[in-house]
Amino acid sequence: MSHTSTLHDVPHHHANPTGWRRWLFSTNHKDIGTLYLLFALAMLFMGGASAMLIRAELFQPGIQLLDPDLYNNLVTNHALLMIFGSVMPAAAGLANWMIPLMIGAPDMALPRMNNLSFWILPAAGTMLILSFVVPFFPGGGSQINTGWTLYPPLSIQVGMSMDFLIFAIHLLGISSVLASINIIVTLLNMRAPGMTLMKMPIFCWTWLVTAFLLILVVPVLAGGVTMLLFDRHFGTSFFDAAGGGDPVLFQHLFWFFGHPEVYVLLLPSIGVLSHVIPTFARKPLFGYKSMVGAMIAVGTIGMVVWAHHQYTIGMSLGAVSYFMIGTIIISIPVGLMIFNFIATMWRGAMSFETPMLFAVAIILMFTFGGLSGVMLAVVPADMQYHDSMFVVAHFHYVLMPGAVFGLFAGVFYWLPKWTGHMYDERLGKIFFWINVTGFNLTFFPQHFLGLAGMPRRIIDYNVMFTEFNVISSIGAMIFGFSHLLLLYIVIKTIRGGEPAPSRVWEGARGLEWEVASPPPFHTWETPPPIRQEQSA
Amino acid sequence: MSSTEQQTAYFIPEPSPWPIVGMVSLLTTLIGAALTMNGVAVGRYIVIGGLLLFAYLLFGWFRDVIAENLADRYNRQVDRSFRMGMFWFIASEVFFFLAFFGALFYIRNVALPWLGGDGYLGATREILYSQFNPAWPSHGPGALGGTFTPMGAWGIPALNTLLLLSSGATITWAHWGLKQDDQKTLVRGLMATIALGLLFVVFQAYEYFHAYGALNLTLESGVYGSTFYMLTGFHGFHVTMGAIMLMAILGRSLKGHFSAHNHFAFEAVAWYWHFVDVVWLGLFIFVYWF
Repeated sequence: MSHTSTLHDVPHHHANPTGWRRWLFSTNHKDIGTLYLLFALAMLFMGGASAMLIRAELFQPGIQLLDPDLYNNLVTNHALLMIFGSVMPAAAGLANWMIPLMIGAPDMALPRMNNLSFWILPAAGTMLILSFVVPFFPGGGSQINTGWTLYPPLSIQVGMSMDFLIFAIHLLGISSVLASINIIVTLLNMRAPGMTLMKMPIFCWTWLVTAFLLILVVPVLAGGVTMLLFDRHFGTSFFDAAGGGDPVLFQHLFWFFGHPEVYVLLLPSIGVLSHVIPTFARKPLFGYKSMVGAMIAVGTIGMVVWAHHQYTIGMSLGAVSYFMIGTIIISIPVGLMIFNFIATMWRGAMSFETPMLFAVAIILMFTFGGLSGVMLAVVPADMQYHDSMFVVAHFHYVLMPGAVFGLFAGVFYWLPKWTGHMYDERLGKIFFWINVTGFNLTFFPQHFLGLAGMPRRIIDYNVMFTEFNVISSIGAMIFGFSHLLLLYIVIKTIRGGEPAPSRVWEGARGLEWEVASPPPFHTWETPPPIRQEQSA
Repeated sequence: MSSTEQQTAYFIPEPSPWPIVGMVSLLTTLIGAALTMNGVAVGRYIVIGGLLLFAYLLFGWFRDVIAENLADRYNRQVDRSFRMGMFWFIASEVFFFLAFFGALFYIRNVALPWLGGDGYLGATREILYSQFNPAWPSHGPGALGGTFTPMGAWGIPALNTLLLLSSGATITWAHWGLKQDDQKTLVRGLMATIALGLLFVVFQAYEYFHAYGALNLTLESGVYGSTFYMLTGFHGFHVTMGAIMLMAILGRSLKGHFSAHNHFAFEAVAWYWHFVDVVWLGLFIFVYWF
């Protein structure tokens, strides 16, 4: 590091960094975005592998492949790897890559901290994987059998791997909070002159709301798991009724984080959709202002309805009624978003490239997941569905289309921009159809299983559930292995392909399409002028 | 030192090794902590190594930032980024404390009435622990940690409130001096703030000593002990951090790093200090007083 610069020299006209230093010491939003996305892809495969083991075990009743402890450990790991390891980093990767390009900023506002936010993730991933493997070593204690929700008293009885998991959550929290601070500051302080908040592309708006949610709820989870740590090792009794505490307190702390987390996963993908659908319908987004209002409403109401995950714990009637009504109210702004998307497509000149296929699938399937969510929000009905496979089907219908397909749509939409090459459209469409078929085959039968009474998170099941589980497991294998095709498409596109123009899609609007594909190492060193038609 | 140039390019730092150092130090510290808590003796050395590396990271990273600032490479927009960053960092800290305050309110207003037979759990109470009185302060039906005396509000805690509120005034005095380019007032104000802050920590340590010895109020004293030590402990930790930050700022003031128009670091620490102050008021009211 040299500090020989004279006053006011422009610092980034040094030669661009190369080799390992470029990636490890990076202060470049594009490189850090790439790192986030690659990390997310690696974790997607690890989380996917654990899911496929779970489904292989559930292929038929009885205990074949796994023992119950390992099964529980895999259930825990699958959730944590997917949520914290894959979806959140992938969304952060899109934010890093696209937000500075979209708002005409030279980089994220705090580039060194940006790199710290990313590099904490591999550390957290290491702790997460340690929490999974430590029990297999002598003296490593029992496996984590709590699921990702870590409810005490069970989580207080688990061996040392729980401590690795708690620290992994601390690290993930630090990473998320730092990344969110960076995104908020970038969006509020780095927009090109003339880009007012209400001209900001919707993807930026979704990330602004998401970042606020993260800053407000992640520290609460950190506090909750800290109390867990103290209960485990230092004799406190926050979650021990004998000392006047309450295990239910942890559930409140967890879900105060956990429910807004659902919107943290969802909103960036809604942002991607708000770009993909206008592009391929060749019409501007319908109802920009109502979109912004809807996502702020979702974020705000989403923060005060957490206890609908805990209807069966014995809350007072007043409390459950409040949480039920609040939860159902959320379907209004979410419905508004869906109707805006449909209105955007109405009479558009539509074409169905891979990102648009995913977008349409999201509208159909996310709505489906949302509707089963309204069923679950109703207290007396939920008393029946609670902790059944119906819940598993519901949240996979929300999170796979709502979060992951949105990220896939974003990756296909912007991959030509990032790499400078068009992806193979034919393979992209094949991937879409295999993926969506596999997904529905996996999770649709689980609705019936849940309604018929099959509980979730249990290694064995009654023989009456066999048929649907067989279908679900076959679907899961198709679904899981289809991601190898995604990997192949991505590698193929990085290595070569038809050169992409700077405006990759003819209908695309926005500043990111005015830089070359791939963009130069530094973009928008002088802020671009903002014209009316550029706003998304 | 004036950064009046609005239109200079936004400052993008060169590639920096510090984030990687940060990652390694955090990972080392936490792996060591997990091992130590589970009785692996070598863990504590790993923790110490990790913390030393973390201290090195802080020195190195801030040395770079200070050097860049002194070389006048930050324009007003960068300054605004720093301010917003610090603001939202403090916001996240507020919500960290909210988790513990939330736990306290929940225990007192929901969990204890439940244990006392509120709602449909009355039968449980009658059968299992009918003599339990669910009044605050409580160490639960199991009477964990044995009989204890709760901490009163009007001894050391009231004095500590006075100390922290005064320190809020002295740091404002220092800031006022800085804005007049009056180095002497700046240094005096900072020294007074640090002295008050350290005195607070000393009193707090004495209070803990007294609680453990004379009052039999320990971390194991049921949920009262848990919430008491967790809230005051995390606050005390933040006061200590704030005092260390103030000392760093004092050192920089003595070197003449700050001017009336360029002193973000001072203001960031001052905000942090006021935040710690406000949290204390919450503690005084809800942990000690009511």
